[in-house]
Amino acid sequence: MSKPKFAMYWAASCGGCEIAVLNIHEKILDVDANFEVVFWPVAMDAKYKDVEAMEDGAILLTLFNGGIRNDENEHMAKLLRKKSQILVAFGSCACEGCIPGLANFSPIQQVVDTAFGTISTDNPNNVRPQTSYEMPEGAIHIPTLLPVLKTLDQVVDVDYYMPGCPPESHQIAAVIDLVIQVLQGKAQLPPKGSVIGAGGSTVCDECPRKRNVKTIKEFGRIQLTEADPELCLLEQGIPCNGPATRSGCGAKCPSAGAQCIGCYGPAEGVVDYGARLIAAFGSVIDADKPEDIERILDGLVDPAGQFYRFNLAGSLLRAAKPAWKSGD
Amino acid sequence: MTDTPETQPFDKAQGESFEPVIIGFTCNWCSYRAADMAGTARMKYAPNVRLIRLMCSGRLDPTFVLKAFAGGADAVLISGCHPGDCHYINQNYKMLRRFHLLKRVLQQMGIEPERLKLLWASAAEGAIFAEEINKFVEQVRPLGPLNWKPGNGAHVEAPVHEEVPA
Amino acid sequence: MEKKERIGVYVCHCGTNIAGVVNVGEVSTWAAENLKEQGVVISRDYKFMCSSLGQELIQKDIKEHGLTRVVVAACSPHLHEQTFRNACKGADLNPYLCELVSIREQSSWVHTDKVAATEKSKALIAGGVARVVHHEPLEPLRVPIHPATLVVGGGIAGIQAALEIANAGYPVYLVEREPSIGGHMAQFDKTFPTLDCSACILTPKMVEAGSHPNITLLTYSEVEKVDGYVGNFVVTVRKRARSVNEELCTGCGICWEKCPKKVVDNVFEAGMGTRKAIYVPFPQAVPKYPVIDRENCTYYIKGTCKACEKFCPTNAIDFAQEDQILNIEVGNIILATGYELFDARRITQYGYGRLANVFTSLEFERLSNAAGPTGGNIVLRDGKTTPKVVGIVHCVGSRDKNYNEYCSAICCMQSLKFAHLVHERTGAEVYNFYIDIRTPAKGYEEFYHRLLEEGTHFIRGKVAEITDAVRLPGEEGKLIVQVEDTLTGNQLRVPVDMVILSAGLEPRRDAKEVAKKFGISCSADGWLIERHPKLDPVATVTEGIYIAGCVQGPKDIPASVAQGAAAAARILGKIQQKEIALEPVRASINQEQCSGCRICNNLCPFNAILFHEDRMVSEVNPALCQGCGTCVAACPAGAISGTGFSNEQILSQIEGLLLLNIPKKETVA
Repeated sequence: MSKPKFAMYWAASCGGCEIAVLNIHEKILDVDANFEVVFWPVAMDAKYKDVEAMEDGAILLTLFNGGIRNDENEHMAKLLRKKSQILVAFGSCACEGCIPGLANFSPIQQVVDTAFGTISTDNPNNVRPQTSYEMPEGAIHIPTLLPVLKTLDQVVDVDYYMPGCPPESHQIAAVIDLVIQVLQGKAQLPPKGSVIGAGGSTVCDECPRKRNVKTIKEFGRIQLTEADPELCLLEQGIPCNGPATRSGCGAKCPSAGAQCIGCYGPAEGVVDYGARLIAAFGSVIDADKPEDIERILDGLVDPAGQFYRFNLAGSLLRAAKPAWKSGD
Repeated sequence: MTDTPETQPFDKAQGESFEPVIIGFTCNWCSYRAADMAGTARMKYAPNVRLIRLMCSGRLDPTFVLKAFAGGADAVLISGCHPGDCHYINQNYKMLRRFHLLKRVLQQMGIEPERLKLLWASAAEGAIFAEEINKFVEQVRPLGPLNWKPGNGAHVEAPVHEEVPA
Repeated sequence: MEKKERIGVYVCHCGTNIAGVVNVGEVSTWAAENLKEQGVVISRDYKFMCSSLGQELIQKDIKEHGLTRVVVAACSPHLHEQTFRNACKGADLNPYLCELVSIREQSSWVHTDKVAATEKSKALIAGGVARVVHHEPLEPLRVPIHPATLVVGGGIAGIQAALEIANAGYPVYLVEREPSIGGHMAQFDKTFPTLDCSACILTPKMVEAGSHPNITLLTYSEVEKVDGYVGNFVVTVRKRARSVNEELCTGCGICWEKCPKKVVDNVFEAGMGTRKAIYVPFPQAVPKYPVIDRENCTYYIKGTCKACEKFCPTNAIDFAQEDQILNIEVGNIILATGYELFDARRITQYGYGRLANVFTSLEFERLSNAAGPTGGNIVLRDGKTTPKVVGIVHCVGSRDKNYNEYCSAICCMQSLKFAHLVHERTGAEVYNFYIDIRTPAKGYEEFYHRLLEEGTHFIRGKVAEITDAVRLPGEEGKLIVQVEDTLTGNQLRVPVDMVILSAGLEPRRDAKEVAKKFGISCSADGWLIERHPKLDPVATVTEGIYIAGCVQGPKDIPASVAQGAAAAARILGKIQQKEIALEPVRASINQEQCSGCRICNNLCPFNAILFHEDRMVSEVNPALCQGCGTCVAACPAGAISGTGFSNEQILSQIEGLLLLNIPKKETVA
């Protein structure tokens, strides 16, 4: 009997998710033992046409990482959806857009100009990529950028979400174990749409720091603050996203002295991650007069970036107006 | 979490006389009663605002405002008891703080600050409530429709790879 | 796929109130056709949904069509939410599965454009339908009612309320700031329109309250703090030190006879007379025990004197006595803290405080009172001259945009009473300067006619100035009232000997703090706000807190007494039910999801959120929770949910209001 088929794909992503998978160490052998890996561009040589040639639903499990930045990403998302029985949005990019999703603050032309026309780019002729180019050998194509980056579920139906930037390797191992157990009939899959490989609470639940009632008199930046290593960072005015961020990472950042930046995304049932933080931070600002409130808020540089660093594309608004307008 | 369908703009008149759709949040005790009072006193105001009653403006979750904009509202009104007069002692201050933070975020999202309004209205201020709604509608009208649609281009078919048989 | 709800939509015509502007038939048809996806199975319009026939219509549909949700598009939920909830209950549908959509106050009454109002009504209904899907069946929270009641304010309204409750057999704590109960009524001479002696009708009630086995009098006391909620308030009362041991004092009066220190009595005598440093405010005071005014007592100032102690036959003087803090448990509270008189000094052109013979109404009450400083002789400030001409100015500080826009309700009748007393006692000529004469209650208009027959002059016009600057012969030594007689259009200068300013009533200076302390609201003027101006005039928006008398707005004695009794009746009804059902709008914290971040911990002004250090999670005490939802909105983990106003309900309502997920249909012309 042939083994069930496994695929992993990266769309607009950094590759960190792939590394996180490899970081499960010898557990990767279980993947090989239980699955036939049919498509995984980073690990093996396979062509899109091989996937296209498969029967619909031929792949049992696809881990899809990366956001939908261009038409190629979108095509692959749709293709893999069709060919897979279980499609997992794997990692923050696929779940909620992640860092590439921050491009959704700016019009696409500006994103391209920044990439190809700023000082860090060696581009003396100020060339811009074109989607199609006539060569003597014939026309060549590169994918067309979409005006805004989209999350996987904004393009296709998704079965499970596995958050994290990247997902923690122990969580990946646990999920692989679960899938294998399901294959062996020893466990059942969670309900469709579930978040897997993460906790049911928020980062504070796993954070070892001491906590009191909160009142924020002033916001500070962690690099400019001498923070008490034992005490809750937010209480010290450092905008820590932990209270709103799903648990599962083991509170790595706050344990190591850095504030949580929210890569595990919103907690269960939350509609808009940033809104949770706007509400929570806003509620505990220690001021009642508009001018005092504003003064405290001045300490919070780039609130939208703070609240939507990982979640902009997956938020209710998805993108700033100039960004989506650039698609008009 | 698939694409939000577009607002059905059946009361958005076409052409010059743009009629903004405004979602308004009121607290149960002051501002909703101000709206009641405007009604009882037959004060006339623009029909653009559709109100949602919360128990307290402190219940105002920024999600609601984002949801309204994302869903096609052209503007959002938040109203509550006057500072110091909150039925729940001081919860409107908590909303006020969130409001200030939310305003900053919305501005970064490219939403004109004129599309979000905070209005304190006591149960006795039906006239103020009506008047402020009229002012708000006139403030929003020149901005034109917001018509939030970041899903734009979502359905761009991938032309480059279309030739491959599925 | 979860079970789809079966929703009935009911659009009320409210006679022509709604139907005159909103095309109710069209709205109803639209809902039936366009909201099918949302679960609407039936949509009707009806003349008066709130009528028994309208309610029966809903009940019949619930049974015949198996409705699981009901949306009524009619008036404000503040008016009829309960009506329709009860209707649902009557048809065995949980009352909280009903949603009221206000298309009257929010549409037909405020919009003139019929098409726009109709379209808006559709959107409002779509919002209600989308919301009602997420309603949950709820059961009201039942809490026991403590049988005791706190009455704050010992004026006539408070006394009446206390007596009604005490006579029904339940305990009452009557808290009064002053050393005696009695309030303003104790200061008055006669009461209009019957001219009963105020003291004669008040004193028996004071005595009854003072000796009633069910009434605990706490005079010279103030409420400091109110904790808890309806049925279970804990009130902190500061009982100020009287410096007199109430156990020992017999009220014989020797102490204040012997006390050498005279003090101008600005409270009871309105500055017209004096009292001693140890005093009872007036002879009929209840309780009878005096109090030492420590600010003026020689012993407290200089450390010597103790005359009162020396002469007290029962050793009741206790200079070392301290304030007592009492914690009182009560089920309900009545606020009857009354009013303050408008400070006539504010209208400088009327000369009060500058011109000796300009009196306020309260000063005149003391002047004409047989127990007052002049023994009831109506004389000028010199204490001997009887006025020959008296001017009475109405609406001082009332019906005036510069001071108070409202009518103080009692001043016309009070002024007529003054006119009568002046006329009767001195034979002086009396001028009433009025804007309008308002005599709307029983026997009032007759009293006005009696005054007209007595020959009192009535001049219709707002007094511009009262001056002693002589311009015309015959004005020497007089006060001149400058006024335009608006009936003849003539400017008049009326020389008088005495002017009485019929000052209006104002809220207590600390009304706002009182409102805050008791968790209720007051209007911009400062009068406490009743739950409904017509149908619920003594309840407030906070369960268990009632208001009576002038604290709610200016009113006369009969109205104050009626409100006191009404508030008592409301409370007695509650006490007899032994428990009360509270709106089940409450927050709760999902203990699994809560990470113990403690953001919510100090957001609740009712201290309903507690933090469990051991489990590192927060929890809401539902009995203390008032359902505001602030913590629900603030929780960063989304771990707090609120019944009745859940995220699903509100987010769906937003979708409905924006007509999302509704199949496109052609616009109706």
